[in-house]
Amino acid sequence: MKFGILVNEGPYQHQASDSAYQFTKAALEKGHEIFRVFFYHDGVNNGSRLTVPPQDDRNIVERWSQLGKEHNLDLVLCIAAAQRRGMLDANEAKRHGKDANNIAEGFRISGLGQLIEAGIQSERFVVFGD
Amino acid sequence: MDEEVIKKFLYVNRKAPYGSIYALESLEVVLIGAAFDQDVSLAFIDDGIYQLKKNQQTSVSSGTGMKDFSKTYRALEGYDVEKLYVDKKSMEERGLSVDDLLVDVEVFDDAQMAELMEQQDVVLSF
Repeated sequence: MKFGILVNEGPYQHQASDSAYQFTKAALEKGHEIFRVFFYHDGVNNGSRLTVPPQDDRNIVERWSQLGKEHNLDLVLCIAAAQRRGMLDANEAKRHGKDANNIAEGFRISGLGQLIEAGIQSERFVVFGD
Repeated sequence: MDEEVIKKFLYVNRKAPYGSIYALESLEVVLIGAAFDQDVSLAFIDDGIYQLKKNQQTSVSSGTGMKDFSKTYRALEGYDVEKLYVDKKSMEERGLSVDDLLVDVEVFDDAQMAELMEQQDVVLSF
């Protein structure tokens, strides 16, 4: 089965991100395909390289990066949602005259069309949100 | 991307328009999604009904400094997004009728709303 995943909530604040991660991991372990994981609303914060959780807790951002690396996942942060929330890659930082960027390894920034495309291309589209 | 595929997309709007960003960002998805020529429907349930309320005054001049995006719902027709459904119970519980709404909608009871969801390929809930 080919799945598309939408994550609508930020890390630590809400269970949605954890559930999405566990679901994605389980699906991959069962041999399913993940077409794309799209991060929207506060979900874009799952891709911040500057996140520093306490050492005795899970590292949600690194966990996504790691899973992405292992399975060559397409982890996409919505560009409009990201910019509102101070999430910039090197190109966007340069374009907007900002002095830093903060996108974690394995994530990329792109438009909402990628969300619709994931809905079209996936056999099942699963939304994790509030 | 395979342009031949046409799927049924339903956007389920459940939140009031300005207390959180869900409504505005949902609308942004609808507008971008319109370019993909899919079969799109919008449902308004619970406090999502308030997104369609007439006479919203949220602009900078009226105090809150938030962008009044309610007019955008009236523009959806121009994007071929014409299937708007409102949950009857949610509307009535809030003392509203279709006369209070910005756009033409179909009013669905629970069973009709369930059937609408059943028919979809993709349900995006915001």
